[in-house]
Amino acid sequence: MLEAIAFYILAAVTVLSGLAVISARNPVHSVLFLILAFFSSAGLFVLMGAEFLAMLLVVVYVGAVAVLFLFVVMMLDVDFAGLRAGYVRYLPVGGVVAIILLAEMILVSFAVANAGAASEATRPVVGDAPNTVAIGRVLYTQYAYFFQIAGMVLLVAMIGAIVLTLRHKPTVRRQDISVQVGRRRDLSVKSAPMPTGKGVKPEDLL
Amino acid sequence: MDLNAILMLLRPELTLAIGAMFALMLGAFAGERAAGWVSLICAVVLGLAAVFAATGPLGAAFGGAFTADRLSVFAKVVLFLAAMAAVSLGHGWQHRGGRPRFEYPVLIVLSTLGMSIMVSAGDLISLYMGLELSSLALYVLAAFNRDDAKASEAGLKYFVLGALSSGILLYGASLLYGFAGSMRFVDLAVAVQGGADPAVLFGLVFVIAGMIFKVSAAPFHMWTPDVYEGAPTPSVAFFASASKMAALVLIARVLLGPFADAAEQWRQVVVLVAMLSFAVGALGGLRQRNIKRLLAYSSIANMGYALLAVAAGGTIGLKAVLVFTTLYVIDSIGFFACLLALSRRGNPIETIDDLAGLWKVKPGFAIALTILSLSVLGMPPLAGFWAKVFVFGAAVTSGLWVFAAIGLVASVIAAFYYLRIVKVMWFDAPVGEADRSPRDARWLAMACAAFSFPLVLLALGLLDGRAAWAAQSLGLG
Repeated sequence: MLEAIAFYILAAVTVLSGLAVISARNPVHSVLFLILAFFSSAGLFVLMGAEFLAMLLVVVYVGAVAVLFLFVVMMLDVDFAGLRAGYVRYLPVGGVVAIILLAEMILVSFAVANAGAASEATRPVVGDAPNTVAIGRVLYTQYAYFFQIAGMVLLVAMIGAIVLTLRHKPTVRRQDISVQVGRRRDLSVKSAPMPTGKGVKPEDLL
Repeated sequence: MDLNAILMLLRPELTLAIGAMFALMLGAFAGERAAGWVSLICAVVLGLAAVFAATGPLGAAFGGAFTADRLSVFAKVVLFLAAMAAVSLGHGWQHRGGRPRFEYPVLIVLSTLGMSIMVSAGDLISLYMGLELSSLALYVLAAFNRDDAKASEAGLKYFVLGALSSGILLYGASLLYGFAGSMRFVDLAVAVQGGADPAVLFGLVFVIAGMIFKVSAAPFHMWTPDVYEGAPTPSVAFFASASKMAALVLIARVLLGPFADAAEQWRQVVVLVAMLSFAVGALGGLRQRNIKRLLAYSSIANMGYALLAVAAGGTIGLKAVLVFTTLYVIDSIGFFACLLALSRRGNPIETIDDLAGLWKVKPGFAIALTILSLSVLGMPPLAGFWAKVFVFGAAVTSGLWVFAAIGLVASVIAAFYYLRIVKVMWFDAPVGEADRSPRDARWLAMACAAFSFPLVLLALGLLDGRAAWAAQSLGLG
């Protein structure tokens, strides 16, 4: 009973904040609604018994992705009014696509609800381990292949970011720590003999 | 399965991954002086991986997520060799352009690793991850000339549309997963036994759409001309050859493997895509003056033929796909090598009019380009003709002869623009001297042209035998 109430509240908040994300006028509000949607989806994950995924959603999506969005929205001068210009014009087409996607999702859900999953999938056996432990057990064994490919994808993303944005400007002065550490007194301090009573001219010191 | 057996099975992929990382470290520490060495290492790594793929054991690992069968072996050998050609073209191109950057060959190797994962995919996750790994590297390769507005535009367009198509593919994959309760192809095959449920079909159509985008068949072709025109020529040579081959083998593996029982249902979709590609490729190319845009339309039309062979299905269809794409890969590498080799006062040749009178200026290239054009056009007895013979043979055998006839008409229309290139080169007055052509691109262009004719006549028997051997791997009738 309590679970059902929690589900309906979280689901309603998720859907409504999803709507608010695309309809809010202020882009900062959109991002904040997005964070709300992430939080309530995390709640839904907890209800399904997937605490680890829930925490991941909060840490990764709220902690990193949404904050990045917030930075982009607030720091970059993006013309959001201009981006929004075709909103009403494209609404019918977008609406039709959205309805088709929804219909497909419902179709699949009903097919599975009525008949169960179509094939007897061979899932990894984890017993009744808590799900963090269960993921840990298969991630580096059965799914090691996928894990490594994901690593390669991130490597490519990193190389790409460096290739496309890093520029070595010749005018930039860089700190060379070994030179700084290796500096000796006689390289920078010079003692010049100063005869008394003769006065000092600036060029004598150089 | 013990670790040793898995490592043996994964040897080509491990070679690529470790080789790419080693080359990357070398480049990062030795700086841009080492760019030549990095290219050499990458080419050696690709060659080594091809040897490992050809001689390695067959089998499956990670619960079927990685499948090394005859089909993947065939595809990998062709892919790795095509990537080697791209590395050597890229090396020469970078050295001529001034400051060479060592990331270029490394990205080609990493993209090839993704393609190798694609052609070995036995699971929706490895399908998607391989696709994404290869595409991400390709986006960067397209935008590699970051100071050039056209290259940046090409990279951005490719990236945005590619991300959209990945999203579509993922949505389809999630529907398939939701229905079947498993990501593995063997389980999906059980789920569609005796014809697919409409719910599965929706998911499958989305997955097909996502993969069709990668081969640039109509109606998902809109990025192709702009990307081909803007991206650096060696990058285009790479994604017009290797990436097309990988995506086509992946499409064949998915449709003829787990979804073979639903063939009646997906065949109409694939045939429709093939017909649209014929139309767009043949008609769109007529008005192009830019050679790279023209080749983009030509590749759209050619993907139509390959997809027609997929639609034909069965061992004969799969064999036709393999023969067709292999010959097409060689043809397109030859074409782009010619474009790289030809320049006038330091400016690369871009429009068809720039080729005028090439016969008087550079007779060798005029002959090579003529052979390649006639080959892509499908003139007997050049390579492209044999490729089309296989495709039309497969289509007629499976009763798709109406569509084969449409394909024939389309290739007659497309003949106009290939023949125009030939006419301009041989009969128009020269517009000026051409620069000395670089050795690597010239060598590769001549080799590809020589393969298209007459070497293909000798190689065809071998290719046919290997493709027939590879086509048996999906257990089709």
